[in-house]
Amino acid sequence: MTRRLRSGVIVAAAASLLLTACSTATVNSSSSATATGSTAAATACPNFNLAINAWVGYEADAAVVRYVAEHQLGCKVTSKNISEQVAWQGFATGEVDVILENWGHEDLAKKYITDQKVAVDFGPTGNKGIIGWYVPPWMAKKYPDITNWKNLNKYASLFKTSESGNLGQFSDGDPSYVTNDEALIKNLHLNFKVVYLGSEAALIQGFRTAEQQKKPFIGYFYEPQWFLSEVPLVHITLPPYTPGCDAVAAKIACDYPPYTLNKVVSKSFADSNSPAVKLIKNFNWTNDDQNLVAKYITVDKMTDDQAAAKWVAANQAKVDAWLK
Amino acid sequence: MTTSISVRDLWKVYGPNPERIVGSPDALLSRSELRRKTGCTAAVRDVSFDVAEGEVFVVMGLSGSGKSTLVRCMTRLVEPTAGSVSIQGEDILHADASRLREIRRSKFSMVFQHFGLLPHRRVVDNVAFGLEINGMRRDQRHARAQEVIELVGLQGYEQAYPAQLSGGMQQRVGLARALASDPAVMFFDEPFSALDPLIRRDMQTEVIRLHNEVGKTMVFITHDIHEALRLGDRIAIMRDGGIVQVGTPEELIAQPADDYVANFVLDFPKSHVLTLRWIARPATSDDELRGPELPATMVVRDAARTILDAAGPVRVVDGGQLIGVVSTEEVLAVIAGVHA
Amino acid sequence: MPRLRNLGRGWILTASIVVFVVFRTVWSGHWNFPLDRATLTPFHTWLGSLMDSVDANRTSNPLMANIVEVLRTAISNFVTMLQQLISEPAPNASYPFIGWLGVIAIVGWVVYATANWRVALLAMVGFYAFGALGFWTESMDTLALVIASVVIALLIGIPLGVLAGLFPRVEQVLTPFLDFAQVMPTFVYLMPVALFFLIGPASATIVTLIYAVPPALRITAVAIREVPIVTVEAGTSLGTTRWQLLRKVQLPQAKRTIVVGVNQTIMAALSMVTIAALIDAPGLGQVVVSSLQKLDVGTSFQAGLAIVVMAIVLDRATTAAAERVERESTGHESRRQWRRPLLAVGFVGVLIAVYLSHTYLVAAQFQGEGSIGVPIANATQTAADWVQLHWGAATSAYTDWVSTWFLNPLQNALVNAPWFVTAAVVLVWACTFGGRRLALVAAGLIAVLVGTGLWSDSMVTLAATFFAAAITVIIGVLLGAWMGRSTIVDRIVRPVLDAGQVLPAFVYLVPFLGLFGATRFTAILAAVVYAAPASVKLIADGVRGVPETIREAAVSAGASTWQQIVKVELPTARHAIALATNQGLIYVLAMVVVGGLVGAGGLGYLVVAGFAQSSLRGKGMAAGLAIVVLGILIDRITQAASRPRERAEIGATH
Repeated sequence: MTRRLRSGVIVAAAASLLLTACSTATVNSSSSATATGSTAAATACPNFNLAINAWVGYEADAAVVRYVAEHQLGCKVTSKNISEQVAWQGFATGEVDVILENWGHEDLAKKYITDQKVAVDFGPTGNKGIIGWYVPPWMAKKYPDITNWKNLNKYASLFKTSESGNLGQFSDGDPSYVTNDEALIKNLHLNFKVVYLGSEAALIQGFRTAEQQKKPFIGYFYEPQWFLSEVPLVHITLPPYTPGCDAVAAKIACDYPPYTLNKVVSKSFADSNSPAVKLIKNFNWTNDDQNLVAKYITVDKMTDDQAAAKWVAANQAKVDAWLK
Repeated sequence: MTTSISVRDLWKVYGPNPERIVGSPDALLSRSELRRKTGCTAAVRDVSFDVAEGEVFVVMGLSGSGKSTLVRCMTRLVEPTAGSVSIQGEDILHADASRLREIRRSKFSMVFQHFGLLPHRRVVDNVAFGLEINGMRRDQRHARAQEVIELVGLQGYEQAYPAQLSGGMQQRVGLARALASDPAVMFFDEPFSALDPLIRRDMQTEVIRLHNEVGKTMVFITHDIHEALRLGDRIAIMRDGGIVQVGTPEELIAQPADDYVANFVLDFPKSHVLTLRWIARPATSDDELRGPELPATMVVRDAARTILDAAGPVRVVDGGQLIGVVSTEEVLAVIAGVHA
Repeated sequence: MPRLRNLGRGWILTASIVVFVVFRTVWSGHWNFPLDRATLTPFHTWLGSLMDSVDANRTSNPLMANIVEVLRTAISNFVTMLQQLISEPAPNASYPFIGWLGVIAIVGWVVYATANWRVALLAMVGFYAFGALGFWTESMDTLALVIASVVIALLIGIPLGVLAGLFPRVEQVLTPFLDFAQVMPTFVYLMPVALFFLIGPASATIVTLIYAVPPALRITAVAIREVPIVTVEAGTSLGTTRWQLLRKVQLPQAKRTIVVGVNQTIMAALSMVTIAALIDAPGLGQVVVSSLQKLDVGTSFQAGLAIVVMAIVLDRATTAAAERVERESTGHESRRQWRRPLLAVGFVGVLIAVYLSHTYLVAAQFQGEGSIGVPIANATQTAADWVQLHWGAATSAYTDWVSTWFLNPLQNALVNAPWFVTAAVVLVWACTFGGRRLALVAAGLIAVLVGTGLWSDSMVTLAATFFAAAITVIIGVLLGAWMGRSTIVDRIVRPVLDAGQVLPAFVYLVPFLGLFGATRFTAILAAVVYAAPASVKLIADGVRGVPETIREAAVSAGASTWQQIVKVELPTARHAIALATNQGLIYVLAMVVVGGLVGAGGLGYLVVAGFAQSSLRGKGMAAGLAIVVLGILIDRITQAASRPRERAEIGATH
């Protein structure tokens, strides 16, 4: 290429770039474009930070709230992937503004809501939480009495793996989940050993494979969870929960309490006049709603946004109630 | 002749509490005994000498003899343990840090074995380095650098980087840098031992030429006896940290203080250094004193042709005074390497 | 212990193992400090309440309010500023100040100015790839954090390094801290740092600093010390002041090595920034962590690829810059006349690009985000699913076999043995290798370990560490010897090892999880992948370093290739092998801890759980301490063992 030709090309390229630039949208015009179609765009909606905990039910909540906030309120939402208890630390710094699905955690509620006053309880999500021990359906069919904890020792040897040695393997999920399983096993004198699979996904995969290949598997699980509609896991009866029976972590010998899942937000967010405050406060749906969105994400491999859009399109009435 | 450098009772001891050695009975121990007994190593042991103004004083010794430590003590690159060093009447060892810098900037300079050039600076900036740190303006120091660059024959290489020059050329830069501040005294720490023999010879010639031109006092460290004999007005031979002998080249060859020195000079062609004074014998009645007359300061090599051609012994005179005669036998003895 | 020394080392080691086996059989399950996961010792409770009081007094304690909080806010603002520049929009904007076009233009120009046009092109393509892989914003977040950490790390590391290089005493003071920071698994200090600095970019930066300052400091110190003494003497003899000496003689000559230190610092920062995702560091690490939680092999590979691209770009750019510094400063860089005007023109171009990317949507928001990444992720996921479906049974059988026959016996031996029997063996070894002093140090460390109340968990971790280190060293010897002997093999394998070293450990945890399940074996495998590159390289260099004459002597004596390797090369390179073992153990320990995320149990689980669950935080902190103690113990003993014996004996006569 001769020098003149080369410089000609450069000039042409620069010019064409400028032309393209001029003929397309500018950053400022586009920012208002995101908010168009929104009825509530009158009030500016400042950015807020949404904690995302590592289970898909939570992700479903977050997907829908985020979708509504961004597309119908014109907010900017920043997602923060943090584990559930660590997220509470973020209230003080503004690192986290909203936790959408909180499971109990009375100690944290006392510390951050009552004592430090950096967080505010924003009411229930409408979801009822159950935590417990589960086996795949085939086992309940084949060994009907396995569903009572008293008979578990009888079957312990079925669950032996190379990880648990001579004991049966009891599978737990993410090490960050609060579980009483170790204490339960010890205090109920069960011949099991807890093995952490590391994540909700690993737990689900474990149950799924166990059901498909008719392999013994027992583990920690919870509702609401979309997976229960794919494989209806069978709940094992533990000694009934009575208030206070779980006071001392190491001595627990009773079932998990029923949970009313709630939303917690930072004090600064609660006090702001962001339109999103109302949305979070009013956000409320059923276990089935959550499971549906979770299934869109996990089984149908939709992105969070696609899943939320699909659900919102079908349930605009519910959404409108949140925005009122 | 005035004294330029005076070194007295200089000690450098490495090890724990080195001060306690000097002046104690341990100081008399040999190097290895001292080390076994105290854990200390005496690199320089009780060294004293004077260097005259304009003299080339060579310190010669094998590796480990302490010669490099000695020159570093004299410039205080290494702090001596005891003793005194004065250069042009000023006590170096008692100068404080800022005075020492002053002295280094103005009174003496040093040329190093591995040149010590700064690889990131061009030749001209290497040469001008000493002037730069002394705060001289850029144009002035470059003008001065240009002068010394021409003096050492480096013109045309001003803008080169050291890595682009051969070893000999690099050492010329080192020489120029040492000359730039026009010091009274120059120290050379084995400057040519990293060069190959032919270049080394050239550089020695260069030093002799420079000495003739600028007439600095020079202290020259080497492990090469030929270099020592070639350059030195006087030579100090070091061994195990101490000085074994100080003398002119011919003194060393003619009267080595001990076998150690004698071994050093054994292979050196004595006829090149010895003067007739050293081989003249008293005239006997048998001698015919009619032959040619030669001065006592003439080197044997130069006198050989005359003596061998003469029919009889040659008369050796010193200031008109007859001090003896030399005949063919004495000359042949020197040339053949057998000491007379 | 001169008497012990006179006995053959092999004898002592064998005897101590025999004694260990005997006692552990007799007293199996006694005095071995078992502790349930939910049970806390008073020490754990105390640590927990200590941490609670830090939390509670965050605003009232003057130290916390005036130093920690100020520091946190300052760093946080610095990171936020960088983020708003390139990755996250400011509160009232929709896009970051500079869009993708501007960033790529700046990168190209800077790399061209400091290195050369070839690397500049590579950097621009690499940056484009971030967007094409689907992670423009995440990559810019990671980059912002890396820049912040590196800038601060260099501001701390270089001056301290210069001081350490100049004054041996400063170095003596700093060395233990540096050793400590490098032995300590990165995972362990996440919690203490988050305790003081809370979660978020400030903590992430500080955690990264702990990891990235030591290389900057060490290499700067070496650079200063490596300056030829003769140039320092020459400068001094010309009458330089100390400052002139530093500025005009030492720093210019140390510059090239310091740039190498910058390179190392950047690489360290990049690898740590991904792990810091666990304390809410923004960026690519987040993607990897969340794909780990979803067992999403495709996405984790996609994000891993972006990280590797960033590593390659940063590495090449700084290496080329170092080479340029070297060539320019010694006059080997031919100065091209058109370089300067080109840079000026380029600068104008950069300004235009920045303006465009600030103003127009096409240049602000990456176009075609994920166009390459999504297909790659899908293909990877398909491949992973296939492998899992068809090989899953075989791999899980293999996992069981290894666990049953190797790992479980080893773990049982260590866990069930009475603590004092194990401690005695450690002490004998410490004494044999390092003499009385090391034995004392070891005794102190063991006392701390017992004090943490986590003896049993420590033994679980130790078993996994030994097992993984053994595999690492075996791989190191086999591959290292091969690489050391063959230049071609070296040239092929080395880049792979380099890539393995920059890839954050999380990334390969995901596929291993798919194949081997949530088992200790997965953690061990990940640890081996993490540790092997360093060991292989050390041994390869050791074998390559065997003097040619020794090799020739063996060949001329008629040694076969096998004999050459086994009788000549490996024994001659034994120091390198010992060093590789030391490094292997330390690397493996760091990674076995990360294995806590995938069900490896032991101390790693406690650290992870303690980090996530407030009721266990004291115990988690104690587990972190136990890991550090194990690390120091292993490091000291293997280092003593790898020291040439002759020197140790000379040392003993003094």
